Amino acid sequence: MDFNLTEDRQMLSDTLTRYLAEQYQIEHRNSVAYDAPFHDPSKWTEMAKLGMFSALANEADGGFGGTGADIAVVFEALGHALNCEPALPLLMSSRLLSAAGQEQAALLEGTAHYAVAIAEPDAPYDLIDITATANDDHHLSGRKTSVYGGNIADYFLVAAKAGDRLNLYQVQAADAEVISYGLIDGGGAAEVLLDNTKAELLIENAQSALKDALDAGIVALCGEAVGMMYVTYQITVDYLKQRKQFGRPIGSFQVLQHRAVDMLTEIEQSRSITIKAASELGGTNASRYASMAKNMIGRSARLIAEEAIQMHGGIAMTWEYAVSHYAKRLIMIDHQLGDTDFHLNRVMGMLNTA
Amino acid sequence: MDLNYSATELAFQSEVRVFMVDNLPNHITSAVRAGDGLTKTMMDEWHSSLNKKGWLATTWPKEFGGPGWTPVQKHIFEEEYCRAYAPRVVPFGVNMLGPVLHKFGTKEQQDKILPRILSGEDWWCQGYSEPGAGSDLASLKTRAERVGEYYVINGQKTWTTLGQHANKIFCLVRTSTEGKPQQGISFVLIDLDTPGIEMRPIRLIEGGHEVNEVFFTDVRVPVENLVGEENKGWTIAKYLLSHERTGIAGVGFSMQALEEVRTIAAKIKRGAKRLIDDPLFAARLAEVEIDLEAMKITNLRMLFRAQEQGTPGPETSILKIKGTVINQELRDLARRALGPLAAPFPGHLGEGNILFGPPDTAFNAARYFNNRKTSIFGGSNEIQRNILTKTMLEL
Repeated sequence: MDFNLTEDRQMLSDTLTRYLAEQYQIEHRNSVAYDAPFHDPSKWTEMAKLGMFSALANEADGGFGGTGADIAVVFEALGHALNCEPALPLLMSSRLLSAAGQEQAALLEGTAHYAVAIAEPDAPYDLIDITATANDDHHLSGRKTSVYGGNIADYFLVAAKAGDRLNLYQVQAADAEVISYGLIDGGGAAEVLLDNTKAELLIENAQSALKDALDAGIVALCGEAVGMMYVTYQITVDYLKQRKQFGRPIGSFQVLQHRAVDMLTEIEQSRSITIKAASELGGTNASRYASMAKNMIGRSARLIAEEAIQMHGGIAMTWEYAVSHYAKRLIMIDHQLGDTDFHLNRVMGMLNTA
Repeated sequence: MDLNYSATELAFQSEVRVFMVDNLPNHITSAVRAGDGLTKTMMDEWHSSLNKKGWLATTWPKEFGGPGWTPVQKHIFEEEYCRAYAPRVVPFGVNMLGPVLHKFGTKEQQDKILPRILSGEDWWCQGYSEPGAGSDLASLKTRAERVGEYYVINGQKTWTTLGQHANKIFCLVRTSTEGKPQQGISFVLIDLDTPGIEMRPIRLIEGGHEVNEVFFTDVRVPVENLVGEENKGWTIAKYLLSHERTGIAGVGFSMQALEEVRTIAAKIKRGAKRLIDDPLFAARLAEVEIDLEAMKITNLRMLFRAQEQGTPGPETSILKIKGTVINQELRDLARRALGPLAAPFPGHLGEGNILFGPPDTAFNAARYFNNRKTSIFGGSNEIQRNILTKTMLEL
């Protein structure tokens, strides 16, 4: 057993962290995250050139990584910088294209944008609830909601039912009705309205491919959250040391000290469960550990976000202060790929079978 | 012990209901329901309707034109008020400065200022906190130097709520640096159009403009604008804060929020199942409902106690702590119930683009974030615990 990153991954993490710290600081992030196209296209290209996206795919698909650990490392660095680039749809698309045996060079080079359209208004988290349909000619109908990165996508990878089967289709963005919007925590998404829209069948019976993409997406979100929680915690502790009230640093008050320690404890636990979920990715228990991780992250991210705001006492309620933006993303991660209760239900459901 | 309303109280309840139906226009309740878009004009309009009925200054003693309600009437009014989706009364003039002037103001100040609060001619805002003086309010540094018949004021205030609509501000200023910090503070009234005042917006976490910073550079304020005695402002400041805490339990608003969450959870579907039928979600909601039922009675008990003692006591801090936590839990549930539908930045949705979720939910995530302020302002919940530690536990 070894909890150290391999040399390659450490290098990847260092390169990415350095790039983001120099080229994608929080001020720049905030200047692009909340206005269309809700990311920075030129930085996206630079990040692709750094090999960041290739680290998310395995060698057979033209990448040099693709394990849970690679994913967690990349997304932790992204979370650290509160990055708003659509890396999550890229990762999930890569998993799906790989399962479909499709070429994905353009995706990994950052020249073609793919977005994954799974969730629906009445099927936000569970594949079993999907109602979008495909006819025999592979024409799709239904509404896909909260399609992350859908605002800039060239292609959508769409989960839809053909009879009893859940299949994966590819739709050209130009063929669908796309309603783009920004997200409250930065970045962009879209509603995708399909009305007898022509599509190409990529995978028949895509259940397991979709599950793998979701599990990988969850590992990514958990990694991202750990990165964000750590920064939020650091800023908070720095503030406790600097801010003086009643003639002394507020960090000298035990009531705040203990709460900061609780934050640290939850972050350590969150990092651990993320490592576990990452190491199980691709295996038979991947979904169970992904659910455990996402549930814990849902709880700890809320604690970190709310406590960071509270302990700052006002200043972290302002747009100008970085913590408010980290807090928004930390909270809204619970609205992506299954919330705390959804994953708790899944873990509960597996208590007897595990 | 009897928790039922008497016949008189029931009659009062219907009177309030009828008033709300007759006087609250749709365009105002719609803005309140949506959780966004309440304009100054709407607030002024509602302020004026309440005043005509004599129900604006509900916390004022009878001799100053208050309705002289019993605690139960206050409770009924709040309940019906929130049930009708009436907008909150902007508290700075009516519920903060008003009571201060009743107790500490000169006859002249009372005669001049109180009617203008009621009529809405003056919109007051609050100049208490400073960048370096938040929880430790007594460490405030904004200087007021006596020069002839004027105070000359220099410094900065912050978190000034709705200052962008105001024409007046009441401020705590430092008139002496001798002795304990509490001993050199004075309470002054300032016209916002006096030269040397600059108000700048602070953008909040969810993107809204609600609070401001106010900068004072050589601002000349006539000495007759002092309330109470020079250097005795701390007593007034504390008196005002105790009034700020009345109604702070926000029981009515939490009942409103509970109803909203119930409605959303009955409309939102996870597959064929309604969210409200999900035992995990239902359990969370039921727990908050239990807390709120208890809070209603706690609030009433403390209203009675305040009436017996003539002024709200330190135990109102319990209302502040528990009331804000209950409300925040409800806003949390309202947000999470929506799932992915809560994710859009509401400013981007635009007109005719309300594809997202049940009616009046577009701002639910924004409201959740904005509402984190309630456990911070008006004396943070940590400060409320300090107050209780000192006054109730005597530790």
